[in-house]
Amino acid sequence: MYNFDYVKASSVADATAALGGDAQAISGGQTLIPTLKARLGQPSSLVDLSGVAEMSGITAGDGSVTIGGAVTHHAVSESGDVPASVAALAAGIGDPAVRHRGTIGGSVANNDPSACYPSACLGLGATIHTSGGDVAADDYFQGMFDTALGEGQIVTGVTFPTPAKANYQKFVQPASRFALVGVFVSQMADGYVRVAVTGASESGVFRWSDAETALAGNFSADVVPAAPSADGMIADLHGSAAYRAHLISVMTKRAVAAC
Amino acid sequence: MPKDSGIGAPSKRREDVRFLTGAGNYTDDINVAGQKYVVFLRSSVAHGNLNKVDTAAAAAMPGVVHIFTGDDFAEIGGLPCGWQIHSRDGEPMAEPPHPVLARGKVRHVGDPIAAVVADSVEQARDAAEAIELDIEELPAVVDMTDAISGNAAQVHEEAPNNLCYDWGFVEENRDATMEAFEGAHHVTTLELINNRLVANPMEPRVCIGDFNAPSGESTLYTTSQNPHVIRLLMGAFVLGIPEHKLRVIAPDVGGGFGAKIYHYAEEALCTFAAKTLKMPVKWTCDRSEAFISDAQGRDHKTKIELALDADGKFLAIRTETLANMGAYLSTFAPAVPTWLHGTLMAGTYTTPLIYCNVKAVFTNTLPVDAYRGAGRPEATYQLERVIDVAAREMGIDPVEIRRRNFIPADAYPYQTPVAVAYDTGDYHGTMDKLVEVADFAGFSARREASKAKGKLRGLGICSYIEACGIAPSALVGQLGARAGLFESCTVRVNAAGGVVVMTGSHSHGQGHETTFPQVVSEMLGMPEEMIEIVHGDTGRGPMGMGTYGSRSIAVGGAAMVRATEKIIAKATRIAAHLMEASHEDVEFKDGMFSVAGTDKQVDFGSVALSAYVPHNYPLETLEPGLEETAFYDPSNFTYPAGAYACEVEVDEDTGVVEIASFAAADDFGNIINPMIVDGQVHGGIGQGIGQALLENCVYDESGQLASGSFMDYAMPRADDLPMYTVDHSSITPCTHNPLGVKGCGEAGAIGSPPAVINAVVDALQSGGHNVTHLDMPASPDRVWAAIQAAK
Ligand SMILES: Cc1cc2nc3c(=O)[nH]c(=O)nc-3n(C[C@H](O)[C@H](O)[C@H](O)COP(=O)(O)OP(=O)(O)OC[C@H]3O[C@@H](n4cnc5c(N)ncnc54)[C@H](O)[C@@H]3O)c2cc1C
Repeated sequence: MYNFDYVKASSVADATAALGGDAQAISGGQTLIPTLKARLGQPSSLVDLSGVAEMSGITAGDGSVTIGGAVTHHAVSESGDVPASVAALAAGIGDPAVRHRGTIGGSVANNDPSACYPSACLGLGATIHTSGGDVAADDYFQGMFDTALGEGQIVTGVTFPTPAKANYQKFVQPASRFALVGVFVSQMADGYVRVAVTGASESGVFRWSDAETALAGNFSADVVPAAPSADGMIADLHGSAAYRAHLISVMTKRAVAAC
Repeated sequence: MPKDSGIGAPSKRREDVRFLTGAGNYTDDINVAGQKYVVFLRSSVAHGNLNKVDTAAAAAMPGVVHIFTGDDFAEIGGLPCGWQIHSRDGEPMAEPPHPVLARGKVRHVGDPIAAVVADSVEQARDAAEAIELDIEELPAVVDMTDAISGNAAQVHEEAPNNLCYDWGFVEENRDATMEAFEGAHHVTTLELINNRLVANPMEPRVCIGDFNAPSGESTLYTTSQNPHVIRLLMGAFVLGIPEHKLRVIAPDVGGGFGAKIYHYAEEALCTFAAKTLKMPVKWTCDRSEAFISDAQGRDHKTKIELALDADGKFLAIRTETLANMGAYLSTFAPAVPTWLHGTLMAGTYTTPLIYCNVKAVFTNTLPVDAYRGAGRPEATYQLERVIDVAAREMGIDPVEIRRRNFIPADAYPYQTPVAVAYDTGDYHGTMDKLVEVADFAGFSARREASKAKGKLRGLGICSYIEACGIAPSALVGQLGARAGLFESCTVRVNAAGGVVVMTGSHSHGQGHETTFPQVVSEMLGMPEEMIEIVHGDTGRGPMGMGTYGSRSIAVGGAAMVRATEKIIAKATRIAAHLMEASHEDVEFKDGMFSVAGTDKQVDFGSVALSAYVPHNYPLETLEPGLEETAFYDPSNFTYPAGAYACEVEVDEDTGVVEIASFAAADDFGNIINPMIVDGQVHGGIGQGIGQALLENCVYDESGQLASGSFMDYAMPRADDLPMYTVDHSSITPCTHNPLGVKGCGEAGAIGSPPAVINAVVDALQSGGHNVTHLDMPASPDRVWAAIQAAK
C-alpha cells in the first residue's frame, strides 16, 4: 500500500468537497483495500463515507424503500423493510466479514460485472441517488465498472420500488463465489416484468428483453426463452460464453419459478 | 472398551490448545531484535533475457540497507536437486542450474530477480519498484506437448528440446508388455490430465536469517517440513556453511502438504543476507506471492492402456506420461513422476506386465514438486480410471472387475513387476468393508430418490495402494536419491522422571505432539502428560529427515521405539542393581521393575533418579544418565491400501456436481490414535475432492498465471464437502517396523480423486449421456460441456 491521507466525511457535502483530484471515496473497503494492498492504486487521500449521516439507514416509503449508500450488506440482509428478494441477495454476498463491511453504495458505484446488486437495481427499476442528482437504474449502469457517476460524485442511496413478485438466482463462480451468472426477475403490481442479468456479459449488467417480453404475457417458467446468443458473453476459466448464455436461461427459469 | 491413553487411544490433540487460542508460535511470530525486512523483486514475464538490473536509484532510497542481485551469487552454488533420474538411454537427466536470484534470464512469472533489504517492508517495496529492469521478453512455452515438439522456446540451453529425462520402467519388461497387447482380448485406452495444483497451506512461507558474529553461527527460522534437510542442502550445497555453524529452526508450521519440503531461494537469500550484512533479516510471503513462488503439484498428461483377457483379468499396462517440471528442478521433483509413480502402477492388482514411459519437461511455469501423495495419486488416478472404463466397456461390475484382479490375501510378501514388494495387505477385506460401510445395497434406492429430485446420482469406487514410510536408504539410493531416508530420535529421561523425545520428524498439523507420547507412554507405563516432544530445531534434536510421504510414525515413530527400548534396557540394568538381582530376572511392566518370583520392586521414577544421582549405582559397568538415541532405517516401504466410494448428484441443467456421500475403508496397519487418523483421512479426502471438482492452476499462453489468487483458484470450502464415513478397522500390520504401522497422511488425497470422477461418469451414464471421461476438475462448465458434446 502507498501512503495516503485519511478524511472522515460527516456529510455528503463534506465528502464531495474532499473528493476530486486523486482523492478516492472509501466505504466498506472490501474491493478497494485489496486493490491498494496490491499497489494497484495510489490515491492521495481516502474519503471515508461510513460516517455520513444522510447515507445511513433504511427508510420505508409508500411503495418503495430507500437504502442509504453506506448501509452494509448485513444490515440489508436483516432488514424487514426491504423486499425479501433484495434481503436474500444481500445475504448471499461474500462471507459474514464482507457483509459486515461492504456497502450498497460501494457495490453500485463499483459496478463489478459479477456483482449482485446491479442486477437488483436494474431488475427492480431502482433509482440511484447520487451527489449529482437521481439517476434511473436503466441509465446508470453503462458497462463493466462504468456508471453515470461523474468525476468526484458519490452514490448516496438507492430507492427500490416494491415489487409484486421478485427473486434473485445466483449461480456462483466456484472460486470467488461472485455471480458467474445472476438473474434478478421482478413483476410489478401493474404486471411490468424486468429480467436483469449480471455476471454474464462483457457489457456488464443488462436486461434480457426477450425474456421480459415472453414473461409479460405469461409469468411462468415455461415461457422463458432458450439461451440467448453467446456473442458478447464473458468467457473465462470458469465458463465459456455458451455456458454463461445457457445459465441465463436456466437461472431465469428458476427465478420465475421461485417468485 | 476404547483405551483412554497410550497406543490406540483417541487422546485429544494437546497442540490444539495453543493453535485454537491463537498462542501458536509460527515463524512470522518470531522477531529478532534489529531485524530488517526483505522484499523480492520478481519477474512479471514468463520468459525473457534479463539484460540489466540497475539498483543504483533504488539503493539510495530511504531505509534501504542493501540490494542483492544475481551477481552476488555468481560464485555461490545454486539450489541443489536431491534426486537424479537416468533416461532410457542411460544418460543422466538434464540438470540446469537453479540460481538463487536470476542472472541473464528469467524463466517463469515470479522468478526472483533482486532482494531488497530495508528498515521496513514498505520501504523495501518502494525500492523494489524503483529497480530498473531491462527484460527482453521471449516467447514462453507453457504446454508440455508444445515444449517437446521441436519448435518451442528453449527454457534452458542445458536441456535440448526442453526434455529433462525420458524414463522407461520397467525397461526389461518393455517388449513383453508390448507383445501382451498384441494378443489381448480387449484393450482400453484412456488419455487424461492430472491437473496442476497450488498447495496453499494456510500459513504462507516465512524466513528469518540471523547471524551471530562472535560465534560465527547462522540461524535460519523457516516454515519447513524438514529443517535438518534444509540445513544439509543449504549449508553444504549452496552457502558452504558447515552444519555446526548453521542452525535451522522450523517452529509451529501451519500446514505444508509438500510445498514446504523443498529448499527455497528465499531461505538461502535470508541466511546469506544476514551473514553478509551482519544483521537479522525477515521475509514474509503473502498469499499473492505464494502463488508465484511456492512449488506447485501434479501436472501430468497421460495415455494409459490396459490389456485384458475375456474374463476381465488384467494382462498388461502401458503408459506414456508427460510430467511438468516447470522452469527449474525443485528439490525432489524428478522423483515424483518416476519412482513415486511408476512403482505404484501395479496398484492392488496382479497385472504381470507393466511398462511406463515418462518424459519430464521444462516449461516457463513455476517449479512442480511433491504435493500430498506425490506421484501415487497420479498413478492411482489413471489406473482406477482406466479400470472403470474397461469395466464399462466389457460390461463387468466395477467391484467385480477389481476383485477378479486383486492380489490374494495369502500372496504376501508379494513381488510386483514394478520393483516394490508389498509386505502385507488384504484388498478383498477393505473392499468388503467398503461395501458394508458405504451401503452399496441401498444405492439403487438412493439413485431413485435423487431422480425424483431431478438429479442424476452416480457411484464411483477406487481401490488404492501407496508406498509410504519413505524409506529404505539403500533402495532410494539405488533409485537416485542423493539423501538417506532414515529417521532418528533421542529419548531423554530427566532426573525427576519427565521424558523429552527429540524427533527428526516434523509436525505441521499431523499431531505428533499427541501421538508420539502415546507410544512412549505405553512403553514406559507413564502418563502421556509426562512426555514432551521436541522437534523442528536442528539445535535441539539429532539428525532428522523430516515429515512427508506419510513417514513420521512408520520411520520416526520406529526410531522412537528403538530409542525407548534402549532406555528400558538400561533402566532394567539400573533396577537390577537397585534390587540386587540379575538383570535377566528383572521384568518391566506398567512402569514398575520387579524381580520374578519375589516381592522386590522399584518404580521407573526411582530408577531415573538414581541414573542422575548415582550414589548407589553400577558405575563400573554402566554410565550414569538416562538418554538414548536411535537411528532407524526401514527395510521396505509400508503399503497402506484401501477402498473408497463416492456418491454424487449431478444437475444436468447446470453441470453442478454435489458430493452426496463419501466412504473410506482403509488399512493403515496398527493405529496409534484413531481420532487423529480420522482427521488425516478427512483432510486428505478434502484435498482430493478439491482436485477432482474445484482446483485448477492455469497459465495462459504467455505464461501468466491465470488462476493467481483465490478469486480464480477454487479452494474447497467446508460446504463443498460432505460428512465422511471413515473406517480403518481392516488391519494387516506392517511386518517390518516395530509398531506395525503403515502411515495415513496421504491416503485420502490418493484414493479420492478417481472415486469422485468415476462417480461423476457413472451419474452421467445413468442419465443416458455417453461420457467416457472428464478431466479434473469436473467443474460445472466442464460437466455441462461434456453433456452437450455427448448429445
Ligand atoms: C471475499 C469477497 C467476496 C465478495 N463476494 C461478493 C458477491 O458475492 N457479490 C457481490 O456483489 N459482491 C461481492 N463482493 C464485493 C463486496 O460486495 C464489496 O463490498 C462491494 O463490491 C464494494 O463495497 P464497499 O463498500 O466495500 O466499497 P469499497 O471497497 O470501499 O469501494 C469500492 C469502490 O467504490 C468506490 N466507492 C465506494 N463507495 C462509494 C460511494 N458511495 N459512491 C461512489 N463511489 C464509492 C471506491 O472509491 C472504490 O472505487 C465480495 C468481496 C469480497 C472481498
